[in-house]
Amino acid sequence: MNISPDDTIVLHIGPIALNATIVYTWITMAVIVAMSWFGTRKLTTECKISRWQNLLETLVLGMKNQIRAISNQEPDRFLPIVGTLFLFISVSVIMSIIPGYQPPTGSLSTTAALAICVFVAVQFYGIAKRGFIGYLKHYLKPTPFMLPFNILGEVSRTIALAVRLFGNVMSGSVIIAILLSIAPLFFPILMQALGLLTGLIQAYIFAILSIVYIASATRVYEEKEQTLEKYGKGKE
Amino acid sequence: MDNVGLIGMVSIIVAGFTIAVGSIGPALGEARAAAQALSSIAQQPDEANTITRTLFVSMAMIESTAIYCFVVAMIVIFANPFWNYVITKAGGQ
Repeated sequence: MNISPDDTIVLHIGPIALNATIVYTWITMAVIVAMSWFGTRKLTTECKISRWQNLLETLVLGMKNQIRAISNQEPDRFLPIVGTLFLFISVSVIMSIIPGYQPPTGSLSTTAALAICVFVAVQFYGIAKRGFIGYLKHYLKPTPFMLPFNILGEVSRTIALAVRLFGNVMSGSVIIAILLSIAPLFFPILMQALGLLTGLIQAYIFAILSIVYIASATRVYEEKEQTLEKYGKGKE
Repeated sequence: MDNVGLIGMVSIIVAGFTIAVGSIGPALGEARAAAQALSSIAQQPDEANTITRTLFVSMAMIESTAIYCFVVAMIVIFANPFWNYVITKAGGQ
């Protein structure tokens, strides 16, 4: 049994072998792009809007509200990366009910790539918010002795992010494969429905955790600024 | 017993032990988290949204240790590097 779609080679283009992960990632991306293009073709501001516009507006507004509630900051800066992660993971989970489709998030390489994106985004937003030196200083925060532990924490939470998503999606497909050989008629459908639920929760959790990490890299500065402002006001 | 049988036996026993021991802690932890969240929702129904969101996130964090054990068990059963090594050795001879 395969526990990852990496091992399945779908087709060869010259010397490059395309495995199932890459092909299904491209299919997922194509579906997302096509849906977004189709939905935003005829945008209106009138009272009667099309179904697709309604769907996309609900999605974007919902993501914005969640980001605002969790990070206590304006969501527009974080929406592109966090929203894209959420959409990609959830669309690949939802499409896994199509027979023959293997979710690309069931491969450790995809989830590691997504987690590295989050890792880079944390550093990027932190540096953009606090400056290069100011951001690097927060690794020395309680005392300089904590530097190795801070770096270790940064790396281990990235690995945890990747393995968590991989384990959840992979466990769903492995359980369904095992059940198909034991009780093939009815039970796998129930497990597939359960897999849809846990997969969507995992997509939500991945997005939430990435926004939590990004917010924790950008928040400290604002709190300091606010206390300084308060202190200044108190003096006046 | 030869090497192949030994590695197969140890892999299966260890995979069972991994998932058995590794699911005890997260199960207790998730139960505690859910019980606390339920009682706080009962105390403050207005805050149900925030509590539920935090509950989901913390459940995922707690659950991840069980997921790590599951991944290790799956690797030991289906993608065991030692098993593959022994098999290729045996095939090469």
